[in-house]
Parts: sequence; C-alpha cells; structure tokens
Amino acid sequence: MSLVGPLLLATFLFCVGVYGLIARRNAVLVLISVEMMLVSVNINLVAFQNLLFPAEAAVSGQMFALFIIAVAAAEAGVGLAIILNLFRNRASVNVDDVDLMRW
Amino acid sequence: MTGHDVVFLLVALLTGGAALLTVTSKNLFHAALFLAVTLAGIAGTFLVMRADFLALVQLIVYVGSVAVLFLFGLMLTRAPIGREALDGQNRGLALVVSGTLFVVLSTLIISTFGGERAAEVAGPSIADIGISIFADWVLPFELLSMLLLAALIGAILLARREDGESGEPMPERRIELSDEPVTHAGAQELPAGDSKPELTAGGDR
Repeated sequence: MSLVGPLLLATFLFCVGVYGLIARRNAVLVLISVEMMLVSVNINLVAFQNLLFPAEAAVSGQMFALFIIAVAAAEAGVGLAIILNLFRNRASVNVDDVDLMRW
Repeated sequence: MTGHDVVFLLVALLTGGAALLTVTSKNLFHAALFLAVTLAGIAGTFLVMRADFLALVQLIVYVGSVAVLFLFGLMLTRAPIGREALDGQNRGLALVVSGTLFVVLSTLIISTFGGERAAEVAGPSIADIGISIFADWVLPFELLSMLLLAALIGAILLARREDGESGEPMPERRIELSDEPVTHAGAQELPAGDSKPELTAGGDR
C-alpha cells in the first residue's frame, strides 16, 4: 500500500478545515472545522505507524491518535458549553459579533 | 496498484467529498450530518490501514457522541439557515489560504514520500495496545483522565443556567379572586384602595 494516499487525504481534510475555519461565521460550524483539522492529523499518525514502523514495541502512533481523540472530545464539550453561554448572553452565535475584547 | 490502494481510494473519495460538503453546505443540520459521514469515512481509512481498535474508538467517540453533541448545539442555538448567514465576507481569502497550504504541503509530501510503499500493512493487535497503555503510557493516560474530568466539570459549570444570572426576571403574576371580570377601569382604581371589599366578597366561598 502506498504511503502517499493517506498523507494526501489528511492534508486535504486539514485544508478543508482551514477553509471552514476562515469562511464560516457560525461558531458551531467553526468548531466543526476545528474538529475536522484535529481528526485529519490522526490519519497521518496511523499511516506512519502502520505503514512505516509496524513492529514498534510502544505503539506510539496509535497511542498519540487515541490521546488526540480524547482531547478533541473534551474540547468539543467545553467549546459547545462556551457557545451556549455566548448564545444566552448575546442571542447570537455569529463570531463577528463577539468583539468585546477586541482593541 | 493493489487491492488495498483501490479500497483506500474509494474510502478517501467518500471522506473528502463529505468533508467538502461539510464546509460548503447551506443547511446547518446537513453540515453536521456530513461531518458524521466524514468521521465515519476516517474510521474506514483506519480499517483499511489495519488499525481496528482506533477505527472502533473513532466510531464510538466521534460518530456516536461528538456528532450528536454538535447536532444538539445547533438545535439549541437556533441559528439562521442560508449561505449568506453562514459564510462571512472572507470566503475568497479562505480559499486562497487553504488552497496555497494544500499545494505546498502536497508537493512536499509527494517529493518526500513519493515512491514509498509499504510491503505489508500490519498493525499492533488490541492486546498489544492494551499492554502498551499500561506499561509505557501510564502517566499520560492518568493525566488524560484528569483532563476529561476537568473538562466535564467545566462544561457543566459553563452551560448551567443560574437563576437571576441571565434572561428576564420572572413576570409578576396577579391572581384575581373575584368572580366578575375585572374591567379596565376597575383595575385602574385598584391603587386607590377602593376594591378591597370586592376581594373579600369573592374570597368567602
């Protein structure tokens, strides 16, 4: 199996996430884009682990991917809680409206 | 081009298409559902690369909980639907930035790993992963559990609605005790103190 395929897929997903991060205005959609960028990195880690170093004793690549999954889930929960709080206080989830601390 | 490559190509096309639809969809709910398809497709690529445990974790954590969490978030925030409401003015800037990044990264990847091929795809078994977690990765694992606990408590604290903290105060309700409908003029005379007999007359039943 060729190594370039997974790496290119991960790059594509990451760049799609960057596009969504910049283009979207809804805070929940921005969070979705961030999730997509986080997940795409996992493909890289698994590809390097299973295609290049399949016999490594400490399963580093998959372990890092597991940790990233857990941290991303925690980030999604806290992020959605912040967005809900924002919606309650401002009646809007538009990221352009949140300029209280802008200078 | 082996069978592995063909299967991977199909899964990658599905995943990439769903990802594109996620960031360009005009409907919020469709975007969240396409995100679920993207995450399931990534689980499929894990399966092709023989990372079974990770594929299952991906399905459970992402498709099962995070996508549902986003759906709940979208429903609770009642966001408007439509491209103009969802996308900002800087769509062109976003296209330029992400396109440039993709071109640079993919040329670098192809020039570095262009001819690299794995002879056989082999992953560690689930038993290996379990032993490795509790042999080599114990401290990060415990730290991760503390992080999850902190995130759980923090999310609950942030999202909880406290009384009197936000929103309007409760409207004051007045209970009329008399039978006969109170006319508008009678209601205006109430502060004058003349309507007290009516209340007692209505209340003795």
